[in-house]
Amino acid sequence: MSQRTPLYDQHLADGAKIVDFSGWDMPLHYGSQMDEHHTVRRGAGVFDVSHMCVVDLRGGGARSLLSRLIANDPAKLRSPGRALYTCMLNAHGGVIDDLIVYYFADDWYRMVVNAGTRDKDVAWLRQHAEGCPVEVLERRDLAMLAVQGPQARELAAPRVGVDADAALALKPFTAAVDGDWMVARTGYTGEDGWELVLPAGEAVELWQALLAAGVRPCGLGARDTLRLEAGMNLYGQDMDETVSPLACGLAWTVAWAPAEREFIGRGALEAERAAGPSPRFVGLLLEDRGVLRAGYPVHAAEGQGIVTSGGFSPTLSRSIGLARLPAGASDRCEVEIRGRRLAARVVSPPFVRHGEPRVAL
Amino acid sequence: MSEVPSELKYTSDHEWLRVEDDGNVVVGVTDHAQAALGELVFVELPESGSEVAQGDACAVVESVKAASDVYAPVTGEILGVNEDLADTPEKVNQDPYGDGWLFRMRLVDPDVLGELLDAEAYQALLDELD
Repeated sequence: MSQRTPLYDQHLADGAKIVDFSGWDMPLHYGSQMDEHHTVRRGAGVFDVSHMCVVDLRGGGARSLLSRLIANDPAKLRSPGRALYTCMLNAHGGVIDDLIVYYFADDWYRMVVNAGTRDKDVAWLRQHAEGCPVEVLERRDLAMLAVQGPQARELAAPRVGVDADAALALKPFTAAVDGDWMVARTGYTGEDGWELVLPAGEAVELWQALLAAGVRPCGLGARDTLRLEAGMNLYGQDMDETVSPLACGLAWTVAWAPAEREFIGRGALEAERAAGPSPRFVGLLLEDRGVLRAGYPVHAAEGQGIVTSGGFSPTLSRSIGLARLPAGASDRCEVEIRGRRLAARVVSPPFVRHGEPRVAL
Repeated sequence: MSEVPSELKYTSDHEWLRVEDDGNVVVGVTDHAQAALGELVFVELPESGSEVAQGDACAVVESVKAASDVYAPVTGEILGVNEDLADTPEKVNQDPYGDGWLFRMRLVDPDVLGELLDAEAYQALLDELD
């Protein structure tokens, strides 16, 4: 039985094409995925991301639990409202999930985890919290909207349940809370904007107010092309429990210092590092006509790699992708598409940021 | 409700055929197919002059979502393809039965046309899908 967010009926009323995403009935688009994509690059769009899960860690043991469970260092969260992107690893260094942790108080950290991993994440957290002075609270009572684009904050500010001036004053990767409302200057599109957490019962009202203000409803289709242009990983595609952060472009999220912090997976990552260079994780720009798709083989002089995410970039009007190549692979490679080899160029993501192309075509 | 022109032949793979005066056929994907595929961003067409057998994957339409095969609806020779789709694949979405045609074929056996679906039968198939 598929799960639905508090906005499901609203999506139908807005003309959404609904698809299954990790067991959730979610909007793919509301007519044109392409137009929704461009709207977020140029104006403001809103996504229902209530299928993602807010998990609150409450209690004095929250920080020490996180310190053991995440590869980034929660000690970097020095002031209330700061956010941190991190991976949660298994003992083999594989990625259980990628997530954002927010710090609000020494006895209150909040994680936002992926829809497809929420059950195993919560189980993992509870298993490791056993005996610690911390409660793991899955906040099914909350909804989450992402309002993204250069005009997003300005249009949304008067409609959020946090003081508008305080919300507009938020710096990137920080958040403000007021009761069950949270406004965070984070996102998954490469544009400015907010991720909003609010009581599920208020989600429809906020959605309608945003649409009335000129914000366009956007589906998961546009969300995927936007995040790909922004060079952001998708869990389950670019990495999973068999891939370490060193092999999916997320080495920058691993906090090696302080050396005495024994997070789960650390030993495996150190062994991987000691064994030599990890696979190279890159952006690809297809030079020929065609569309890169996840799973296509990549041929480089140094061996074979694989496209982990691929698609058509509406901003560049070219196909782009993310790929895992052999360690030390050069910048020239060919992607095999239906038996033919097409030239691709290795580029450094993001492909697009704040509405502007960041790679030469 | 998708459009199903009455003068065309159809396949259960959501392709259409138009029989021209010279007996050759023009092939494309149906309105239902283009809507289900989503916005097209790339179309790969067969080589003119190539021989294809009924059921062969001979073209690919790629949308923002995924790549989908287009099958040869009949056995024969590819006479020509819609070159305009290289730069404007969205024509398949905008005008699936007109400017969005894919390729032209010469039939080996005109009798197979009788085995294809007519508009009424194809409409019935769509009704079952709903």
